[in-house]
Amino acid sequence: MSLLHYINAFFSDGAHWHGYDGIPHRLAEHLQYSFTALGIAAAIGLPLGLITGHTGRGGNALALIATAARALPTLGLLVLMFIWLGIGETPVMIPLVALAVPPILVTTYEAVRTADPAPVDAARGMGMGPIAVLFQVELPMALPLILSGVRSATIQVVSTTAIAAYVSLGGLGRYIFDGLYQRNYEIVVGGAALIALLAVAMIGVFYLVERLVVSPGVRLRRR
Amino acid sequence: MSGGNGYFDLPSDLQHSYAGLIGIHLEESLIPVAAGLVLSLPIAQLCVRYRWAYPPVLWITTVLYAIPSIAFFVFLIDYTGVSQTTVEIPLTVYSLVVLVPAIVDGIRSVPAETMAASEAMGFTAVQRYFQVQLPLAVPAIFAGLRVATVSSISLVSVGTAIGNQGGLGNLLGDALTYHRYNLAVTSVVTIALLAIVFDGLLIGLRMLLTPWLPRGSGAARKAALAAAVEPEAGAEKAAALEGAAR
Repeated sequence: MSLLHYINAFFSDGAHWHGYDGIPHRLAEHLQYSFTALGIAAAIGLPLGLITGHTGRGGNALALIATAARALPTLGLLVLMFIWLGIGETPVMIPLVALAVPPILVTTYEAVRTADPAPVDAARGMGMGPIAVLFQVELPMALPLILSGVRSATIQVVSTTAIAAYVSLGGLGRYIFDGLYQRNYEIVVGGAALIALLAVAMIGVFYLVERLVVSPGVRLRRR
Repeated sequence: MSGGNGYFDLPSDLQHSYAGLIGIHLEESLIPVAAGLVLSLPIAQLCVRYRWAYPPVLWITTVLYAIPSIAFFVFLIDYTGVSQTTVEIPLTVYSLVVLVPAIVDGIRSVPAETMAASEAMGFTAVQRYFQVQLPLAVPAIFAGLRVATVSSISLVSVGTAIGNQGGLGNLLGDALTYHRYNLAVTSVVTIALLAIVFDGLLIGLRMLLTPWLPRGSGAARKAALAAAVEPEAGAEKAAALEGAAR
């Protein structure tokens, strides 16, 4: 039997569409974990990246943080947190936030730091203060790159939230781990397909967001 | 016989010693990076040669990179069973995704004058590739290799979820099953250390291969940062910089 057959069987089974273990509820849980983690990560990464990028300092420290964060196995961190903190959302949030902060932080730093110096100088010459320069000149110019960092973090977090189910939480990963345990390959593959679809959908979402929020002038220059 | 609470006293279901697990872990994580490198060199060359091929390749790699490892693993179970191959194929794909843009950017960044000079000296296209383009692209390639290696070493552990195919990650499953929490510490610390050691080895190798670059030079640091900016973002950044330069 082929993969597509299993996936089709999963999605066409009406029992998978309602109830506590139904797709809508699991999807809602999944999105809730993912976006909580992303919100926390953005609240940490964006301001730090803007400040370090604006001053142009701390690049080495950031590269070190990024490597260290990548070296930590997310699943391992999750199991450790689960052991230390017990069942709950916090042990899931910590590894997801640790996963999402580096791409947001490092891209924001790079984006602001490498913003074209000519408009920045012009803005200073016009009498803009450092805060106005940061928010009205550097930030709009850096936005496409910053968004690509946030997109990267979003895709990774949405994918990785699946492992929350490994330590007894909900989300779409539930299907994978329950299916593996019950030796029901249809559920395993169906859940995996849902998560993959969700992650790929995020690429589309960010494409739209970029169209909406990036200034047309900046967008044009990038071509 | 220790009391079963040790950090290195492994349950027998793993069928391996601590050192044995490290060996399997490295095998499962480094073979994919090597395979990814071998595959990405010709793909990158095609993208450099035929510029129109690069955007669609970037799109495909971005989508492939978005597929979660656990999903990728379980898709493959139907074809390759619960085996090391099932873990190695997705990791090869992820390495490829990181390496192709890194190599393309590296080769594209070779100055046109350098290329013209080598042509004037009578280099053939093959000689030029191996003696000019590839060596000059080494910093960018190694920045990609570092990202691919470190993430591969840390991702292998997810293989434990499909049934003890996660190298050192298998200790995580056993830590929960047998309530031997020390094993989880052993697993996380060893994996992180392995990743850091191999990252350091790659930095050293890069220095050996590029003796003309000043130690800790801005260029190398910049390449490292650009790679730390996630792979697709890195490619996008290169595109942005290219646009700004025009």
